[in-house]
Amino acid sequence: MTEDRDPMTMSRRQLIRHSAWFGAAVGLAVVGGEVISHVAGSATATLTRPTLRFAQVSDSHIGFTGPANADVTGSFTRAVDQINGLGYTPDFVIHTGDLTHLATPGQFDQVKQMLSGLETPHVFTVPGEHDSVDDAGQKYRKVFGAGTRGDGWYSFGIAGVHVIALVNTLNMTKLGHLGQDQLDFVKNDVAPLSSDTPIIVFSHIPLFAMYPDWGWGTDDSVQALSYLRRFASVTCLNGHVHQVFSKTEGNVTFFSATTTAYPLPHPGDGPAPKPLTLPAGKLHDALGIREVTYTKGQQALALKERTLP
Amino acid sequence: VSRRTQRIVVALSTAAVGSFLLAACVAANTPGAQPNPIFSTDVSATPGMAGAGNMPGMSAMPGMSMSPSQTGGGPPAAPVGPDAVNIDGFAFAPGTLTVKAGSTVTWTNKDEDPHTVVAGGGAFRSQALGSGGIYSFTFPAAGTFDYICSIHPFMHGTVVVTP
Repeated sequence: MTEDRDPMTMSRRQLIRHSAWFGAAVGLAVVGGEVISHVAGSATATLTRPTLRFAQVSDSHIGFTGPANADVTGSFTRAVDQINGLGYTPDFVIHTGDLTHLATPGQFDQVKQMLSGLETPHVFTVPGEHDSVDDAGQKYRKVFGAGTRGDGWYSFGIAGVHVIALVNTLNMTKLGHLGQDQLDFVKNDVAPLSSDTPIIVFSHIPLFAMYPDWGWGTDDSVQALSYLRRFASVTCLNGHVHQVFSKTEGNVTFFSATTTAYPLPHPGDGPAPKPLTLPAGKLHDALGIREVTYTKGQQALALKERTLP
Repeated sequence: VSRRTQRIVVALSTAAVGSFLLAACVAANTPGAQPNPIFSTDVSATPGMAGAGNMPGMSAMPGMSMSPSQTGGGPPAAPVGPDAVNIDGFAFAPGTLTVKAGSTVTWTNKDEDPHTVVAGGGAFRSQALGSGGIYSFTFPAAGTFDYICSIHPFMHGTVVVTP
């Protein structure tokens, strides 16, 4: 296996070690109570909220039918309810792609309607390859592309944090792909920013080489990340791999999110990334959502993984 | 009443005029207040969509309309014969198929996952094939055609068409 010699890729053993480490780290990174007391006019101290807090949901695959999850709509409904029940209003919710399973107009309508039930001021999305399966993302952009640039990418600033949403599911030959237009966008987009601006990047496919044999990487991500090298804090959040995973490379930390639909095998576990059918009652432990908080003055974002109820 | 003041630096960029940094002091960010996203000013609309309660005008969507051709059902009969490619276990089999010009090649998806058949040069492109889905293409002239599954682009196949 060539991936053992590639510094960008983890061996199976490293991966297992890393997963174990990540599992522990998540527990420590949990931000404490979000209790905010609201007594009008009261001078009593209230717990300060983080500078920014948002939720990530991914890979809902609306339209999937199969034994791995007979009710992806029901699972995604639970995820929406879970976010709405967090006890605070997230500043936004990001869906990191594969909203639909087969990119049909009906599936896009359904997932948009479900996302509109999220109690948050803003819902952002990036497309997955299932959302751009046969038309280079045209149907996706018709529903979710308003205000975006190029083939659907965009950026925004919020609470002092700069957020970049990328599209890496088009024009693929083996791995995810950004393309020159999007690379130029990233370069120009961050050029005016001070190097202490925290950067958050969303994409569907990982921007690191998680497992290239299954397409779990992006062929020109190194170029994109080179424009972010001068920033003190860069956090990349992705979906696609249907499992929680984390890796740090220099100033950049990558976090793969789980799914609300069905689990996939760990990298290299079996011949192909086929949907895994778990024993009865185990499915929802593999599905979940993620909370992310940023507190000004702290370099690292805090993540909390929650399995579906 | 003491109010906590939070200083937020808002980075604003415009592509038309070049770029500049605007440092703004946003006062009175009481606990629980929402920070608002600041978008680049050279786009016509806000990316994303509003969540619940922020979009009172959002009406209920009509029910799903699933077109059979897009759910990948396909004809029930699997192809037999030399000009057939099976998609099985995230692989095209045979990986390289040689046919005569004028032949029709038929791909059948035997996986539970959807796949597509997409030529690198754009010569042919299937819709998403669900389990049992079938796609056919007739090759009028000689040539070598590399193709992938656009959903799983690590899946590669080749059709060699001889005169």
